[in-house]
Formats: sequence, structure tokens, C-alpha cells
Amino acid sequence: MKELRLMKGNEALAEAAIRAGADAYFGYPITPQSEVIEYLMAENPAERTGMVVLQAESELAAINMVYGAAGCGKKAMTSSSSPGISLKMEGISYIAGAELPCLIVNVVRGGPGLGTIQPSQSDYFQAVKGGGHGDYKLIVLAPATVQETVDYVKLGFDLAFKYRNPVMILSDGIIGQMMEKVELFEQQARSTEEPEWATVGKKPGRDHVIVTSLQLQSEEQEKVNLRLQAKYREIEKNEVRYETIMTEDAEYLFVAFGSAARITRKAMEMARAKGIKVGLLRPQTLFPYPYEAINKLADQVKGILTVEMNAGQMVEDVRLAVNGKVKVEHFGRFGGMIPNPDEILNALEQKIIGG
Amino acid sequence: MAENLIKPENLVYKKTSVMTDKVMHYCPGCGHGTAHRILAEVIDEMGIQNETIGVAPVGCSVLAYNYFDVDMTEAAHGRAPAVATGIRRVFPEKYVFTYQGDGDLAAIGTAETIHACNRGENILIVFINNGIYGMTGGQMAPTTLEGMKSSTSPRGRDIKTMGNPLKITELVAQLPGSYFVTRQSVHTPGSVRKAKRAIKKAMEYQKLNKGTCLVEIVSNCNSGWKMTPVQANKWMEENMFPFFPLGDIKVPQE
Repeated sequence: MKELRLMKGNEALAEAAIRAGADAYFGYPITPQSEVIEYLMAENPAERTGMVVLQAESELAAINMVYGAAGCGKKAMTSSSSPGISLKMEGISYIAGAELPCLIVNVVRGGPGLGTIQPSQSDYFQAVKGGGHGDYKLIVLAPATVQETVDYVKLGFDLAFKYRNPVMILSDGIIGQMMEKVELFEQQARSTEEPEWATVGKKPGRDHVIVTSLQLQSEEQEKVNLRLQAKYREIEKNEVRYETIMTEDAEYLFVAFGSAARITRKAMEMARAKGIKVGLLRPQTLFPYPYEAINKLADQVKGILTVEMNAGQMVEDVRLAVNGKVKVEHFGRFGGMIPNPDEILNALEQKIIGG
Repeated sequence: MAENLIKPENLVYKKTSVMTDKVMHYCPGCGHGTAHRILAEVIDEMGIQNETIGVAPVGCSVLAYNYFDVDMTEAAHGRAPAVATGIRRVFPEKYVFTYQGDGDLAAIGTAETIHACNRGENILIVFINNGIYGMTGGQMAPTTLEGMKSSTSPRGRDIKTMGNPLKITELVAQLPGSYFVTRQSVHTPGSVRKAKRAIKKAMEYQKLNKGTCLVEIVSNCNSGWKMTPVQANKWMEENMFPFFPLGDIKVPQE
């Protein structure tokens, strides 16, 4: 039977973590995502499923607790918001380098610096292009609804273990704070498996397991990098996810993700009412990115507008995908400001149709 | 003559199987090898090789995971107590230790050290204090003594501009979460035996779930101190021990 609830994004995320069979959550409070750890503590998952929930002394400690637990083959996760995610970047790079699975949630707020507590999408580059040091990639999932937030917790753990790679859910303050109807999936059992790569205590007849990202010989480190790159190509081949709305007859195209895509959809409907044939492509994975789908649509449309709650980050990937075929422009509000559909429609008319 | 004595029945000591056969990278005369060995012997004697997970630091002992034949994780600089927390929390029945130097534990990792100990994480922290950054080439450490020369205090540590050496072990002992805190050395046969007994006690205490155990080992760094091993041990006795006195700092109240 369907279990429907009206839930706040951050609380739904926490509930989904328990239900996904997560073994451990380590976090540190920061607005606008503190409800995640508050909900977990209130739910007492130690009783419900045996899940560990611990408030760490810092974001640094939290991500390194995740590293330790992930190295044990456990489903471990953390969540934070932009300044906190910056602090976690060291650990994320180590986890990617050691090829461990884990889930990291960024409920993005405006920056740079301490910035604002209002919603933003200005951590796109940090999530998709690196953030931490070294050649690594996160699998980045971008929910646009509370429902997708819930579904991506489960998907995120699945992908993390499939590829032994950290997965980030790139949410924002709107999705984290708003309440929506959500269908919850059933409680998954916590795994009792002991992966052969995990530090579970040395078993007789096997070598001791070493979880490390250190290779002092350049030749060996290059091999690690080649292995990682091969994995990323495999992810690009298998895991691209996106949604298209009214693109069949589109003469123009919006590209937007997360909250911005919801507002852009409204702008699209307003444009359609005026007779402007515009469609929307919404990437659900930001790495891997739907380059191919956008490239194909570039053969069909006269121009593309990306709508982002930042100063123009994803637009660079759209331009790479389009490769000069048609005009690509960016419209953004930032610093915690949220665009309204009127100004998006206006930007389409000014920058793309009239431009 | 000597050859006649090398018979199995005359064997009085052998390397513990909890150490791998990898050749150690440590400098001749350094205390790390001995500290490794006694920790491995304790794991061997307790029969807990299959239940022990170690965490290596960044510093000279960054490659410690190559030498202990137990499952191990290599932590980022200073983060070993947080990594060990993550491990022990998901495996509350296992034995978890960190092995950290002074820069790792008492400078960049101070927050992780203090908070793991204050939460009373049921882990063993082995802390090697040689008053210098060995791996990066002999820079000043949080435990470098006043007046002590290093490559970043070439005229000696000046307290006014460089701050004071940190007695983090005494600090940890103040915390309600720490259970057993002691300071040892491994520069003489007697001190090795004492240090091993301390490590064994600390490892055994983990099963009680009564809090963090920290065993500091004041050690030498003959390369970083630019001395022969013999000079370094003498210098350590004369200079390090007065500031970092050996002995138990916090013992369980039975």
C-alpha cells in the first residue's frame, strides 16, 4: 500500500535515509538543513533499524567519520549546506580516491563565504567539477521535488555501491524547507554483507585490507587515475538521467535543474500561452551530464536559455554540449534571490528570441 | 660456535605474525619500529588480529598500514580519531586503534583528538611524540620544546613568537571521556616492556566501553634532531622527559 505523507524536504530526506537501510549518519548543524539531523535524532533510528546517528564536532570530523564507516562497507552518509560542504571537501577527495561509497547531501545556500541562508544553486561547479583536490568525480543527483529527494536517497546509495564512488544530492534551500506530498518507499533491511574491499577485521586466508588514497610511486598513482577515469566513463555511459517537457515541437529550449526548473516550467507555460514554442530539459544527474540530449536538441531549436540560481555555472556545460550550433545564454538570480517566471520569460524574449 | 646455537629449541624471541614482512622505511634508530612491534605483539597475544582495525595518520607513520597485518585505513592529516569514531560506531564489538604523531594529533587534528576523547570513543590512540615533523623534513611541531631547533625554528623555538609546546596528553586526561592516559617511552629494554604493558591494558579496556585510552610514547627523531641514535636517546632523556614526564597520567578508578 502507498504510504503518502506531507513532509518537509529535509525531514523526508532523513526518513528516506532510515528506510534506505543506512547504517550511519554523521553531521553537523547548519541552516538550511539542520532538520535532517534533528529528525534523525527524534526518530531514534538506533531503535528503529540500528542506524548510528552522531552529531560530530565539525564538518571535517563528520565527513571523516563517514570515511571510516564507509571503509567498513557500511551505508554511511552526511548532509550539510554550502559552507559546511566546503569543509567536507578534503574528506570527499579522500573518499573518492580510496573508492568508497557514501552519500553526501548539499542543501545549497547562497555564497561565497558565509553568504546567506537563502536558497541558491551556486555550488554547481563545486559539486560537478571537483571542489576537492585531484582528478575525481562525484555522481551528482539534482532533485526538483521532495519526492525526488526521497527517491534519490535510495538511488544514491545504490549508485554509490555499484560504482564504489561518493554520490552527492545537490538540493537547495527551497526543496529542503518546503512541504510536499511524498510517497515513501518501504523500509529496506540494513545490509549484512561484508564487501571484500572493506575493513571488517582480517579474515584468515586473505590479505589485510588497506583503505588508502596514497600511492607514493607516480606510476602507481597514474594507474589509480586511469582506473578512476575508466569508471567515470562507465558512469557517463550508464547513468545519465534527465527529463524533457514539451520539446517535441520546441523552437527554443530552457535548460534548468532543481528548484530553478520548477519555476522555469511555469515560465514555459506562460510562453506557450503567448504562442512561443519553448520546451524544457531538466538534468536530473549533473554528473554524468546529458550532453548528448542537449546536443541533439540544438539541431532542432533556434536558441537555448539556461536558468540557474547562480551567476552562470551550468551554462558552461550547455555550451559544451551545444558546441556552437546555436546561441546559448544564461539567466540567473543569486545570493539567495529566487527568479520569478515573468523575468525568466522576459529573459527568453530579450536574450534569445529578440537577441 | 654461534651456528650451533641457532636451533628451534633455543628460540627465545621471534617477530610476531601480526607484523608483515615488508621492509620498514623508518630511519635507523627511530622509535617507530619498536612502537609498532609492541602494538602488534599485544594484538597477537590477545588473539584479536581478526577483530582489530587500525587507522594510520599522515606523518612518518603514514605507511603504518603496510606493517600491521590487520585491516587498516589511511586517514587524512589529523582526522584519525574521527575516522576511528566512524569505524568503532559501526563496529562496536571490534578493537579500533589510531597511530598518530605529534603534528597529526596535537596540531592539525587537535579538535578531532579532543572531541573523540571527550565523547569517550572506545578506541585506543597511540601517540608518538618526538617534538618534530619528521616526514616533511624536521619542521617545528606543537610539542617542540622551548629553544629547540627545527627547520622552521632555526634559532630555537621562541615562545614569544611561536607559542608554547602543547601537553595535549595532560589535556586529554582532564576530559571525562578519557579512561586511561599514560606517557611511556621505548628507548630502553625496560621502557619497552612498560610501554607494552600500557598498550595491552589500554587495548583490553576497549572491551569495557568506558572511554578513550591514550598511550603517548615520547620518542626520538635522530634524523630530524640531527643526532646519532645514541645522542638522540640521551638528549631525549635530558630534555624531553623533564617537560614530558613519563608515567600514568590518568588511571581507571576501580
